[in-house]
Amino acid sequence: MFRSTRDGGASVWLSAGEASLLRTLVVPVMELLSDPDRPNEPSKTAEPTDVLDDLEKLFAEAETPNPDPPDDPVLARLLPDAYSDDPAKSGEFRKYTESSLREAKKYFAQTVLETLPPKGGRVKLTGDQARDWLRALNDVRLMFGVRLEVTEDFEDQIAGLDPKDPRVAAFEVYGWLGAVQESLVRAIGG
Amino acid sequence: MSVAPAEVDLPRSADESVPDRPWLTIVWNDPVNLMSYVTYVFEHVFGFPKPKAEKLMLDVHHKGKAVVASGTREAMERNVEVLHGYGLWATVRQDT
Repeated sequence: MFRSTRDGGASVWLSAGEASLLRTLVVPVMELLSDPDRPNEPSKTAEPTDVLDDLEKLFAEAETPNPDPPDDPVLARLLPDAYSDDPAKSGEFRKYTESSLREAKKYFAQTVLETLPPKGGRVKLTGDQARDWLRALNDVRLMFGVRLEVTEDFEDQIAGLDPKDPRVAAFEVYGWLGAVQESLVRAIGG
Repeated sequence: MSVAPAEVDLPRSADESVPDRPWLTIVWNDPVNLMSYVTYVFEHVFGFPKPKAEKLMLDVHHKGKAVVASGTREAMERNVEVLHGYGLWATVRQDT
């Protein structure tokens, strides 16, 4: 499990199996966040643009209808409505923030993929990388939470399952992810 | 030379915000997010001291939700965007 490092980061030793498991779990979250059916980032190009282009873009954006919440329940949990009882305000918020939120979450997941040793071993994270990991791990756990319909007493949920139920393994992975995340919170949060 | 367009009295819709009531950032309980993680997020995002962050986390946990900040609508929307980045289930509403 994670331990704090002297420079404010965290480190952990992962077996080859654990490293490959994490990679296997982070990739689908990234894929979900890249859903091509959702409106995409309104061109964040590095090229210089003049003010008229910017205005044109602004008007084009203003005329785009507000997006609905995602159909996929996992994506809907990762990108929730900002107003619990006002779909119009939620849609407007979503129009201006969803694409950057998705990019941010993909970035956190990418940090995990880039810092995982391919064959396992020592993972050494800076403070910033550790915070990316925290959020990426949380998104993976949210994905499990939705798919498994996890409750706060997930250990009771496991106990209630037939040992041959395929969900038992998924619950065990979910529990392990929670332990990893908990250790990382303690390592960098004090 | 140009003149500013005349001000038009738009009809006030029912959901139009009343300016003197503050807006709130609300965090809802979620079975997945770890208590230690939620406390960490409150400390890190809002700069709350640990005891305050823990108290708010416990409010979320036991009462189902808690108000974690109040202020302008724009500031509360920024909070919610950041909290969504952390995977917390957060919403904005105007104080009643």
